[in-house]
Amino acid sequence: MGLLTLGKAGLGAFRQALSAAELRVGPDGRPAARLPCPLASHILSIRMIEPDLFAREDDAAHPASLSEAYRSTALRSPGHRPIRIPQTLTETSGFTDWSQACAVGSADLTRTAGGEAIGQRILVAGRVLDEAGRPVPRTLVEVWQANAAGRYAHARDQWDAPLDPNFTGAGQVVTDDDGRYAFESIRPGAYPWGNHENAWRPAHIHFSLFGPAFATRLVTQMYFEGDPLIALDPIAQSVPAAARDRLVARFDLGLTRPSYALGYVFDIVLRGPAATPTEA
Amino acid sequence: MRLGQTPWQTVGPFFHYALPHPGGADLTAPSEAGARPDLVAPGHAPLPGLSAATAGGEAIVVQGRVVDGAGAPVPDALVEIWQADAQGGFAGGRHFGRCATGDDGSYLFRTIRPGRTPGPGNSLQAPHIAVGVMGRGLLRRLVTRIYFADDPSLDEDPILALVPPERRGTLLAAADGAGGYRLDLVLQGPGETVFFDI
Repeated sequence: MGLLTLGKAGLGAFRQALSAAELRVGPDGRPAARLPCPLASHILSIRMIEPDLFAREDDAAHPASLSEAYRSTALRSPGHRPIRIPQTLTETSGFTDWSQACAVGSADLTRTAGGEAIGQRILVAGRVLDEAGRPVPRTLVEVWQANAAGRYAHARDQWDAPLDPNFTGAGQVVTDDDGRYAFESIRPGAYPWGNHENAWRPAHIHFSLFGPAFATRLVTQMYFEGDPLIALDPIAQSVPAAARDRLVARFDLGLTRPSYALGYVFDIVLRGPAATPTEA
Repeated sequence: MRLGQTPWQTVGPFFHYALPHPGGADLTAPSEAGARPDLVAPGHAPLPGLSAATAGGEAIVVQGRVVDGAGAPVPDALVEIWQADAQGGFAGGRHFGRCATGDDGSYLFRTIRPGRTPGPGNSLQAPHIAVGVMGRGLLRRLVTRIYFADDPSLDEDPILALVPPERRGTLLAAADGAGGYRLDLVLQGPGETVFFDI
C-alpha cells in the first residue's frame, strides 16, 4: 500500500474508497485501481511512495561493513552509507522456482568425487523460511566447505593440510514445497588464517541462498554448536550478539541416522514481507 | 511473531569451485542459472538465454574492475547481476548473471541491453542492471546499479534522482564505441561507487 498523506476528513473517505474501489498498488508498482473522483476533493496531498514488498535488512541482525577485528574489511568497506531507495520491480523480482534447473530435496557431498570422503559423516537439514515463518519453496541452496582436515579444494588455499581426493566440498539443492533442504557431508575441519596471531576459523559451511527476489539474497556461514573457536572468530563475532546464535547449527539426535551420521539442524530465515504500514 | 533474519557473512575467498559456473556471466546463452552443470541431476533443463526469450534485444558487453580503497584490484570478488529483458520485463529467460573477478579485478558480462521498467508511482526507470558485490572482506553484499551513460532517459530515472548529482557518475557505464560498456566498481575512497539500501 502506498503511503498517503491525507487530511483528517479524507482519511475516512479514503477507507471507504479502499473497500469500494480496492485501491491497490500492483506488483509492477502502478496503482491497480484509480481513486474515485469524488474523493479527490478531500485529499490535501497525495504522495505515492513505492511500498516495500520486503522488510529491509535488519541492522540488528547483520554485521556492519567495517569490522576492525576482521582486517580485510579495512580497504573494502564503503565510507558512505548506502542510499536507501524504494523497492522497484528490479529489486522485488527473482527466480521463484529453481527446480527446473536443479535437483530438489537432498544432496550428498560425501560421494561427489568418486570414492567416499574421509571424515565424520554429518547430515545437515533445515527449512528456509521468511520472517513471517512461511516456507520459501523451490529456492536454490548452494553450499561449500573445507574438508575434514580444514583444507578447501581450491588452488588459492595453500595451507598444507591434506587434500581429500574424494571430497570436493560443493553442493546444491533446491528446497521442497515446505522449504526443506538436506544434504550429507563430512564435518569440516577448522583452519588457520592470517587475520591475526594464531587465528583459526571455526568449522563452518558456507551457504548461498536466493529467496524469491533480488532483495532476498543471502550468503552466510553455518557454525557447529559447542565450537570454542566461534567466540574467537572475528567473522562470526561481526554479527550483533543477539543474532549470533542464528548461525549455529544444533546437534539433533532425531536427525542423527543410527550407525551412519550425526544430524545437525540449521534453519535459515530470509527477509519477509514488509511490516504493515501504519497510518501516521 | 516475526522470526529474526539470518545474518550475512562474507562469501570468503574460496567460493570459486562452488558458485561460478560455465556460461554464468553470459546471459545471452542457455545456462543452468546458478547451478554447476557437473552437479546438476540428469534430466534438468537449462534456462533459456535472454536473447532466446525476448525479441529485439541488443547484445552488449558490460565490463569493468572491482577496486579497493587503495585503488588495488580485488581479485576475489563475486559480482552478480539481475536485470530486465529488452522489453523491461522479468518473465522467462535468465535475467541473472554471476562472474568471479579475475586477477586484475575484472568482471565481464555478455547480456542484452535492458528495457525500461516501472518505478515508484507512475514513473519509468531508465534502463539499468542491478548489481550485487560479494567477496573476502565484505561482510554483507554491496548493492549497486549500472546505468548506461548514453541513455536519453537518465534524467527521468527516479532512483538516480535520489543520488547526489556529484556521485551519479559512479553509476554510469561509458560506451566504448564497440557495443560495450565499462564501469569500475570502487568499494571505497575517491570515486566510491554509490551503494544502495534496498
